[in-house]
Amino acid sequence: MSRATLGWIVLGWIGYALLPWYGFDNTATPTLSDYLAGHSGLVLGLKGAWWLLPVLAPLLIALRPVAGGSGKTDANWMIGAGLLGLALILLQGFTIGLNGWTLDILKSLFGAPGPKQGGMGYGATLTSTAFLLVLCHGFAARGWCRGDAFVTSSIGIIIALIIVFVFFPVSTILASAFADNSGNFAPLEFFAKFIDRSVWGLDCLTGDLRCGVAWNTLFLGLLVAFGTTLLGLAFALIATRTGFKFKGTLRVMSVLPIITPPFVIGLALILLFGRSGAMSSLLYEWFGIPRSRWIYGLPGVFIAQLLAFTPIAFLVLIGVVQGISPTLEEASQTLRAKSWTTFVTVTLPLMRPGLANAFLLGFVESLADFGNPLVLGGNYEVLSTKIFFAVVGAQQDQGRAAVLSIVLLAFTLGAFWLQHAWLGKKVYTTVTGKGDAGIPLPLPRRVAFASYATAIPWAIFTLSVYVIIAIGGFVRSMGRDYTPTLDHFLTAFRVERADWGFYFSGSAWNSFFATVKVAAFSAPLTAAIGLLTAYLLTRQRFSGQRAFEFGTLLSFAIPGTVVGVSYILAFNVPPIEITGTGFVLVMCFVFRNMPVGVRSGIATLSQIDKSLDEASLTLGAGSATTMRRVVLPLLRPAIVASLVYSFVRAMTAVSAVIFLVTAEYNMATTYIVGRVEAGEFGLAIAYSTVLILVMLVAITGIQLAVGERRLGRRSASTNSNPIAVQAAP
Amino acid sequence: MNQMSSSSSLLRSSASKKQAASVEFRNVTKRYGDVTAVDSVNFTIEPGTLVTLLGPSGCGKTTTLRMIAGLEMASEGQILIGDRDVTRLSAADRDVSMVFQSYALFPHMSVLENVAYGPSVQGVPKKQAEAMAIEKLGLVGLAGLERRAPSELSGGQQQRVAVARALVLEPQVLLFDEPLSNLDAKLRRRVREDIRELQQSLNLTVAYVTHDQEEALAVSDRIIVMSNARIAQTGTPRELYEEPADLFVADFIGDANIIEGSLVEVNGAEATVKIDTLNLRLPHRGVKPGPVKLAVRPDAIALDEQAAQGPAIAGRIKKASYLGTQIEYDVETAIGNLFVVQYGRKEPIETGKSVSVSLSSQRGVAIIPGA
Repeated sequence: MSRATLGWIVLGWIGYALLPWYGFDNTATPTLSDYLAGHSGLVLGLKGAWWLLPVLAPLLIALRPVAGGSGKTDANWMIGAGLLGLALILLQGFTIGLNGWTLDILKSLFGAPGPKQGGMGYGATLTSTAFLLVLCHGFAARGWCRGDAFVTSSIGIIIALIIVFVFFPVSTILASAFADNSGNFAPLEFFAKFIDRSVWGLDCLTGDLRCGVAWNTLFLGLLVAFGTTLLGLAFALIATRTGFKFKGTLRVMSVLPIITPPFVIGLALILLFGRSGAMSSLLYEWFGIPRSRWIYGLPGVFIAQLLAFTPIAFLVLIGVVQGISPTLEEASQTLRAKSWTTFVTVTLPLMRPGLANAFLLGFVESLADFGNPLVLGGNYEVLSTKIFFAVVGAQQDQGRAAVLSIVLLAFTLGAFWLQHAWLGKKVYTTVTGKGDAGIPLPLPRRVAFASYATAIPWAIFTLSVYVIIAIGGFVRSMGRDYTPTLDHFLTAFRVERADWGFYFSGSAWNSFFATVKVAAFSAPLTAAIGLLTAYLLTRQRFSGQRAFEFGTLLSFAIPGTVVGVSYILAFNVPPIEITGTGFVLVMCFVFRNMPVGVRSGIATLSQIDKSLDEASLTLGAGSATTMRRVVLPLLRPAIVASLVYSFVRAMTAVSAVIFLVTAEYNMATTYIVGRVEAGEFGLAIAYSTVLILVMLVAITGIQLAVGERRLGRRSASTNSNPIAVQAAP
Repeated sequence: MNQMSSSSSLLRSSASKKQAASVEFRNVTKRYGDVTAVDSVNFTIEPGTLVTLLGPSGCGKTTTLRMIAGLEMASEGQILIGDRDVTRLSAADRDVSMVFQSYALFPHMSVLENVAYGPSVQGVPKKQAEAMAIEKLGLVGLAGLERRAPSELSGGQQQRVAVARALVLEPQVLLFDEPLSNLDAKLRRRVREDIRELQQSLNLTVAYVTHDQEEALAVSDRIIVMSNARIAQTGTPRELYEEPADLFVADFIGDANIIEGSLVEVNGAEATVKIDTLNLRLPHRGVKPGPVKLAVRPDAIALDEQAAQGPAIAGRIKKASYLGTQIEYDVETAIGNLFVVQYGRKEPIETGKSVSVSLSSQRGVAIIPGA
């Protein structure tokens, strides 16, 4: 029995016997005595909450292997204790609710209302976690996953988290797809909603009527996925394979849209191309082109999503392009392939996993995007906004929202399946343990030309959008009154000096601090869980791996609006009662953004030779050490991508959080949306500018922090060795 | 030779005295779904010996090696290292190091960091870990290259870094997975001699996977020949060469002519075997009288241009190739086409010429039991 196992058994006891079993944040501030034994599961159980007492049994069982025994029986005891403990906690949690028995059958058997209890607290959480880990350690002791407790524990924790924060809420909301509005089972209503003409109609092909919302969404998604992949590739090629002078600028410019709250791009597009927009005015005055509403609808949403999602494709593809071993290209060239042939037959196929990932991400992002269709959609309806209005609009039809989200889910899963079929079973290992001394091939001329031709105009366009955003905050009212002013900033971010120090009296400070806090907590968590998952998926073999992968990616396929509603439905009642806390916001972000970490981790890991890990293992490093010393340093591009992405998404997301914010935890984006609704465009844009600046600082910080070690080593080796040192691939 | 022995005594003095351990497999089976990669295998590697796992690709030799390392877990059976049951231990908990086919040098670390990795993850202070690494790098002749990145080294140097990295923890057992396959032929001979030299001077237990029979014969104390997930034969190089257990081993190790004969009578340890018109006295190897198959090594066949003085089989030269140290012939005879190697001749026998063929009974001819 290892010390880690022993530690978890002790923690299980602490959670049961010492920490308060219930309540994460009840209104009354708990005193120290509350934390020590006063409200622990054991004490409450003895005081009358009899349903907590059975938990004692698995805790006692877990002590059996501590007393010592042979390896195999120890493992069985641990598995038994873990399983029984989790089962008992779940059973009591789901059968006894805030208002007594939760199931009708129990009410009729034992009489209503029955015992009552609140949501789980620190004690219950710690004890459940301990049971889970004891279970995992038990499996490891039985030789699962090569006897590696780190691996089994990681798998166990991630599965548990996914079940709690993805499957549980999703099943809650999908259950309502088959129910009528009063909660009864009604499959016929489901089919009526599903085959509805507003979803699948093809009237736009034959007449003037609108097409079904499903076709709209699909069409937009494909357009955006194609566009973002192409643009992302152009930027990645320019940034890594050419001597382009303004690479730095290009990089910053391509990252700008990702740090912009989505509706801000929509807003800027309206200020540029709307009926009274700056560009429309110019075109009218100079060329006599009449002002129109063309920006509202497919063109507007398409342009806005291209602006918003190209950087994701860029971040995915740059890691992949850098990872391609130059030797392979040199090999091709020595086989008398011209640089164009090499590019088409070697470089491009090696980028296939990256391209597929970028395409998939673009497609899924477009499907799930909510802010831009909301602002720019006009008559062009897509699924995400339709779901939102089904929930919060006049209809109040949860069933309909659930049906639409099933359609959306089907599209996304279809995309995953296609990607899998396309990549096939080919092996794309390009970073091997053998040193690689090749020099990357310069781009063939026509590829370079094509890249410049797509990337540069796009960069200029992006720049003009940002000029609008930057100006917008400093003038009285865009389009009408261009008098310079700082009023918007002062309203939002005023800091007054009072006797006791500084007083943040601006109206935006509250939401600003909450946002930064939530983003700072969720980013590292997201990256850690995402990359750990990628590691498990690529480097370990265990049964149920496909289902595991599906589970981790599922949360990404669910649009934010649905996630928001489902979290409200699932976490508003015991046993897991966490709505209204900052915790639910953090978990929401972690599981919404984790798939990006998973995908970029998988793309990078599949290029790193597996024998590097094995070499580390045979040198006596455990899985955890191997992860830290070998895998993570080689994963740097993926770490940066997922950290940046999750931090930024936590600061800019609207769709899910709009349901989850409270007065205490109001997020910047929902505050800005509120300002937009109130017509205060100036304030909204000023706040957005501040957010963008904060994110720029954070991204630079992340890149410095993660990239620093390598820089240090490289300079150190150049000092001691006159021969120029090449960057490790 | 002098240089070698002096360097080996130097190695011996610098090496620490950790006891080499044995490796034992007891009925070990490895299955992937329905596929059985290794099928109830038994063997023992004695402490301080170099044992080669030899076989064609897909025979299960690499899986066997990876099970010693703990990179694959046995589906059934027991694995013991130094009499300790390690069947369920993970790779990190076994005192075993491995040199990978691709070397698996960490590209983000310098040569020194690579070699010092083992001790440093074991919690050895950095200074000491680096001292250990420098010592082992000196051992493999790479002193002075500590600060280089692996990508700046030649293939042979990278290979030696991999060996130094595997040696640095002075493991009970050292594993090599086709270590020479990425090297050119000249270097191969030198590196395999270096490995053997190192193994003997440090008294290491080494398991070595290769598909090259010449390499296996050159370096091994014992060879385990595998075929179709099972062990075909275990023995010293000489035993395998001279007394192949079955047709597969006879064919895989050295080029043997498989010819048919009949065992006439058993007489003590020996038997009289009749091949066409020839009579040979060979060890009977447990075979009963009746038709038998024999493995005849190409250099155990004598060709004579003159008329035969003793009993011989008539043959005709079909093809002759001059290879400097030896001459190789294809000879057509009544017992089938024979592949013959002749040493120490200046001129090859002309193609088309008739020769009389006789077999040496001293060496290179063996009855194949069970064939």
